Parts: sequence; structure tokens; C-alpha cells
Amino acid sequence: MLEHKLLTERIDRINPLSIDDYLQAGGYEMLKKAIGMERIAIIEEIEKSKLRGRGGAAFPAHIKLMGIAKEEETVRYVVCNADEGEPGNFKDRYLMEHDPHQMIEGMVIAAYATRATKGYIYLRGEYDTAHSILSWTLDEARKHNYLGENILGSGFDFDIEIRSGAGSYVCGEEFALIESIEGKPGRTRVKPPFPTQVGLYGKPTLINNVETFSNFPHILRMGGEAFADIGTDSSSGTKLVSLSGNVANPGVYEVPFGVPIRDVIEKLGGGTADGRKIKMVQLGGASGPIIPEYMLDLTIDFDRFENFDSKTGAGAIIVMDERVDVFDVLKRIGEFFEHESCGKCTPCREGNLQLLKLVERFVERRASEKDLLNIETLSRVMHQTSLCGLGQSAPTAIFSTLQYFRDHYIDVIEHPQS
Amino acid sequence: MLENILKEYPRQEDYLIEVLLEYQKQKADRHIGEDEIRRIAEYLGVTESKVWSVITFYTFFSTRPRGENIIQICKDVPCYLNDGNTVQRTLEQLLGVQVGETTKNQKFTLEHTSCLGHCDGAPAIRINDKTYTNLSVDKLKAIISEYRGNT
Repeated sequence: MLEHKLLTERIDRINPLSIDDYLQAGGYEMLKKAIGMERIAIIEEIEKSKLRGRGGAAFPAHIKLMGIAKEEETVRYVVCNADEGEPGNFKDRYLMEHDPHQMIEGMVIAAYATRATKGYIYLRGEYDTAHSILSWTLDEARKHNYLGENILGSGFDFDIEIRSGAGSYVCGEEFALIESIEGKPGRTRVKPPFPTQVGLYGKPTLINNVETFSNFPHILRMGGEAFADIGTDSSSGTKLVSLSGNVANPGVYEVPFGVPIRDVIEKLGGGTADGRKIKMVQLGGASGPIIPEYMLDLTIDFDRFENFDSKTGAGAIIVMDERVDVFDVLKRIGEFFEHESCGKCTPCREGNLQLLKLVERFVERRASEKDLLNIETLSRVMHQTSLCGLGQSAPTAIFSTLQYFRDHYIDVIEHPQS
Repeated sequence: MLENILKEYPRQEDYLIEVLLEYQKQKADRHIGEDEIRRIAEYLGVTESKVWSVITFYTFFSTRPRGENIIQICKDVPCYLNDGNTVQRTLEQLLGVQVGETTKNQKFTLEHTSCLGHCDGAPAIRINDKTYTNLSVDKLKAIISEYRGNT
């Protein structure tokens, strides 16, 4: 079986608006179990599971949990990053719209384990349907005392508030997100200190992605070791993949780590819509590498992707067929980052603007060898010196196309538009 | 209307974005003017420049009047792959304005947006707080016609 339904197992079996459906399917049983456990034992179980963050950076989940748990400050926050704005990603929306209690249960378990006092869901402003569903879900959870004061008689108080984004991709970056919840422009901060030390309102803060929190109940149910058996040595569990582009059946698919990208595209996605040849695939989203068709046997795995000097990202696969021009795609990616840069640091603010101008010269077929040299130098500088992940990863698509589609660049230089 | 919205929120600066979103949503010409900025700053106890900095940072906010209906066209790669520029061309033709402009009758403003997170239904647009997917020329005509009839 190619698919492995863990987080998506209940989807289509339950009505997302019905807490009774969720309860009948075993919902909130793991919160009850967690409350009966020692807090440190919950974190140890997550450690055994080898769960790594699903938002893009793949950071070990237990290190963040322990980071907060060991702080002396008693006011602590748990924040769910639901600012899914990376082009090509929609799996968090899918989870929130179809099984919203799962993520809430994960958040309350994390809050209990770290003795957090308040939770926030930072939801991107474009997700109107998810906003209505989550508001309803939080109310239902409160009515059943899975949120609020003295949760299930444990003496533990915790509630969650939704905060909206307002159209800014960079707010998915953890410090930009914190600034935005505080009511400021979403500009990142210099690290360290990390959010687990000095986060929201200056207090220790646990920030995880929707999919990461959704994994917590399953780890407690299965046990950390059994969870770690799914997937590969470096990447445990399943990954929700957002499949889009020139593909017959776009959508969200849940697969164990270790599955070849080709299988996801061909067996689950049905290949290209009209049988055309695949030319290239972008992995992770706009900030991910673009690889040629012959590399599709690569498996979905955090460590394999790191060979590209890039992370797995949030798991997007964008399929592009033989009609698609490399530079047309790079131009759109360039426009995206130029618009979304927060402007705080120079390499990202100016770099993305200049990078876009250089890419446009290739689109118009009037680029010189010097332009190619400038693209390479500028990309390297941005990657090495930008303050946050946005500027650091903005040139990833360029790096990968310079490597795998270099002949396209050379062709433009040798055959300019007359 | 602004006062009614303000009293729903605590006088805390971290509610600034929520207040701005709610106010702009209810206001017919979808923008936040100078007087309102002053009032919001006063209520939340922040400087006017702070309110300006937030409004100008986030794509959703406008300091200039816009149409009753804000149409946002996604311009990122998955939509591009499934559409080229047909959606933009069709909407510009139907409404007689370019992206960035408002129709003379103040009913529609056409804008670009970054990815809407509906790539499985590309191409996609968002009108006010509703997202429309799997668009074709005919579907766009039907959607615009419905908004014309209702507003």
C-alpha cells in the first residue's frame, strides 16, 4: 500500500463539525491519557517517536517541547502555525477543514506537557472556511471541557484563541509570526534567543505546524517506538503531500516517508492529465528545488532533500510538463519573493528585486554571460547572509535549475533574441 | 460603525490587526482612512505611525477606497500551470479594468494575490471572503454575473 492513512484516517468518515463523531472515533482519548501521565513521560514518548517538524524546517519536536518545559518562567505559550502560504501547499487547510479536533487535541497535549498557559492558532487570512470551522471546533471543545478551566478535572487551565494573518507569506516564519500576533508588521527577529526562550510577548513559546500537532495524539496512541517504525530511519511517520500542477488528480495524499516521488505522481496522482511527458518537478513549494524528470526516483525523506541544501519543505510536489518554460516559472517564483520579502534585511529586500530583473532578462532572451555570473553570485550571497528562511531559500529554485537545467541558461546566452 | 467594532475588542495593541480586518470587511469601500487610523490608534493606545506601518505592511489593507467586491487573482506557479493568464485576461475583459484598478461603478476592484492554498483546484480566485476554484471562462462569467445581480 502506497498510502498510509494516519492523520487522514478519519477524513470522510466523520463530519468535521461534529465533536460526537470525533469522540466516537476515539477522539480526545489521548488527551485523557496524557493527563494521567507524568509530563516528562509525554515528552519522552515524542522523543522516542523521532517526530520532526512538518512545517518545513524538520526540527526534532521533542527538543522544542523540552526547551519550554525546562524554562523557569511560568507564563508560556503554545502557538499553532497555520499560516500555510508557500505556493503549492494546501495540506494544512485540508487537515483543518476535515479533522479540526485532531490538531486541537495535539495542541492541548503539548500545552499540558509543557505547562503552557495559553494557546494561539495563527491562521492565514485567506483561509476563510478553516476560520469558521476552527471557531466552531474551539467552542465545542470548550463545552466538553477539553479546553478552558480545570480541563477534565486535572487542575490544568488552557484555552486557545485564533489570530488572523492579513496576506503576508513571511508571517509563517516563527518570529515574523510572533510579531504579527503581537499586532505588528511581520518582520523577523535575530536569533538567538529562540522562541522557546524568548517568544510571544517575551515568554517561552512552542510553535509547531498544523500537521506536527496533529501527529501528537497518534504518537501517544501507538507509542513512540511503533510510530518511529513507520517511514525511514531519518524521517519517521507519514507525510502529507500536496500534489498540484500538470497532474491528473491533484490533491492531498498521506504516504509514509521513503516513498519515491515518482510513485506519488504516477500511482496516486495518475500522471500528467493528458499523458504529456513530465519535464520537471518543484519540491516543497516556491522555496524548494526544481528537479528534472530523471530524478523522480528520489524518495521523500528529510535527509535526502538536505542534499539540495534545502529542506523537504512542507511536502508540496508541483508537476510541470514538457510545455513549461524554466524561466517563466522562475519569474513567477521571483515575483513572489520580491513581493513577500519583509524588507528588514538588505540581501533579501534588494537581492530578490535584482534577482527578478536578471531572471527577466533570461525570459526575454537577452541575457549575457555576465548576467549568469551575477545570478550565481547574488544567489549565493542571499542564501548565506539573509536573516531568515525567506531570503535564504528564495534562490533555491535558481540553484537547482543552474545545476540541472544549465543548458537552458547557456542556450539563451548563445542564441539571444535578435 | 467603527465604534461598534472597537468596543468588541480589549484596548490592547495586539488586537490591531484583528480590528483592522474586521473594520475593512464591514466598510463598503474596503479601505481605512486617516480619521479612522487616528481613532483606532487612540483606542488601542498605539501611535498613528504604528497603525500606518501595519496597514502598509499587510497586503489585505488599503488606505485608498476600493470597490465593494475585491477580486484577487492568484499568480503563483500551480495556478499558472493550469491556466496561463486566461483568468486575468477574462476578468479584465469582463470588468473593463486592469489589475490594480476599480470599476467606475465602484463594484469591483481587481488585484493580484500570492497563493491562495487551493492549488488542487487551480486556477483559483478569491472574492471578498470566498474562494472559487477550477475556473473556466464560462464559470468566471457566471460568477461575475451573480455578483453584479446581487450588489
